[in-house]
Amino acid sequence: MSTYKTSDFRKGIKVQIDGEPFVMTEMNFVKPGKGNALYKCRLKNLIRGTTLERVYKGGDSLESADVEEVEAQFLYKQLETFVFMNNETYDQYELKADQVDDSWKWIKEGTVCSILLYNGNPVSMDPPPHVHLKVEYCEPGARGDTATNVTKSVKLETGAEVLVPLFINQGDLVRIDTRTGEYQERVKV
Amino acid sequence: MPESSQPEVPQPRRDSSEFGPSASWDALRRRADLLRCVRSFFDDRGFLEVETPLLSADVVVDRHLDPLSVILFDDPRDPETGPRRWLQTSPEFGMKRLLAAGAQAIYQITRAFRGGEVGALHNPEFTLVEWYRVGDDYQAGMDLLAELACATLRTTRVERLTYRQAFLNRVQLDPHVAPVADLIRLARQLDPHVPDYPASDRDSWLNFLLATAIEPQLGFERPTILYDYPASQAALALVRHDDPPVAERFELYVRGVELANGYHELVDPKSLRQRNSTQNELRAADGRPRLPESSRLLDAMEAGLPPCSGVALGFDRLVMVAAGANRLSEVMAFTSERA
Repeated sequence: MSTYKTSDFRKGIKVQIDGEPFVMTEMNFVKPGKGNALYKCRLKNLIRGTTLERVYKGGDSLESADVEEVEAQFLYKQLETFVFMNNETYDQYELKADQVDDSWKWIKEGTVCSILLYNGNPVSMDPPPHVHLKVEYCEPGARGDTATNVTKSVKLETGAEVLVPLFINQGDLVRIDTRTGEYQERVKV
Repeated sequence: MPESSQPEVPQPRRDSSEFGPSASWDALRRRADLLRCVRSFFDDRGFLEVETPLLSADVVVDRHLDPLSVILFDDPRDPETGPRRWLQTSPEFGMKRLLAAGAQAIYQITRAFRGGEVGALHNPEFTLVEWYRVGDDYQAGMDLLAELACATLRTTRVERLTYRQAFLNRVQLDPHVAPVADLIRLARQLDPHVPDYPASDRDSWLNFLLATAIEPQLGFERPTILYDYPASQAALALVRHDDPPVAERFELYVRGVELANGYHELVDPKSLRQRNSTQNELRAADGRPRLPESSRLLDAMEAGLPPCSGVALGFDRLVMVAAGANRLSEVMAFTSERA
């Protein structure tokens, strides 16, 4: 296992703290007056998404985390387990519902997701930044209603509910930003 | 030549994000304006602009300053053999030698180099404005710094605050007399993951509190000069033997950023020898290489350095706060990662 010294600290390095992988999202080098240097770091837990703020002094070090992101398509869900497959190696990865978290809303069979492997084991996944999903059910909108500032709730083919403009109909394909969970536009088929 | 005095801004022909500057042209023009402003500030006051070597056999011995060095080789086929020269962490030594040789009021705008300092507010190569005036005492030194702050930052008043009062205001603790156990308790309260400095290392604990609870609040309403540092942090400043003794050292802060560091200068070579040796001991304890303790500055001080005050001001940071920027890369054409 290699280590990062404070002089290697920078945005983007992946490190291990208390047995969990983190990515450094911010690193501020602070040196008050002519005092000793401090490295004020903000770290994001790669599994849970929580952030941590830590201060290190020159000479401290952090262990690097063995993390890898791979692309895999979503195959199916069985009970509380989501199963993905790496299209190159055909390796299958299983994630629990709590590891998938809210992202279940945006994936259907065949969606290519990014799976995070920590020490070789899948620990979390990210859906693509944008997905196209079919509206499975909605109340019919008034004809000719093109207002975009009035919204209604519809159910997508994945089972997720999202707010869309009134002119969206059942069977329409909509583009969703998965980072915000917001409707972006109707996709012309 | 274009008629306008404003230099034309070259229009990039293609995407310059790979090779172009990180600073906007507006910021770079602001930088040039401030450079002119600083020069005329000192020229108007009769200061002589000087230049001293970037590469020197002598170097400041400071626990927390890590100078970069180069080898002055004789034989280009053997570039690792030859005398070592230090890239100056500040032009202090050269300028004080000039003072000892008769200079009265001098300033310099030059590059300085410090190893291991990279961040939003640090670049290993940066621009320092440094000045000295013979006969200036502590107050006069701070007055001149305040004048320069007003001239460059469009402000009319600079606040002054002792190091002690800043601690009392923010953390209700007297930095000069509080037991180190109290400093540690407070630091852990502010951040449970504070680095584990030894209890004997009082300065590191003070430093942590300063960086965490005090500095980020300084200089928001108006520029603030923090002064009367603990004697243990005197660097090359005179120590005034009050009870407790304090270093006649001052720093200028604007919007939480330290812009300048000044001293009522130490002139006694014996004290400097003593401090060099103490700093080297601390460096060795930190696992840092020792630095040469003898220097031509000591020779100059033996001959007689006249009483004076001097200040070093980080020019890049000055431009940064003047431009309302938050990172040096917004006001430097190319920071080290893209140099």
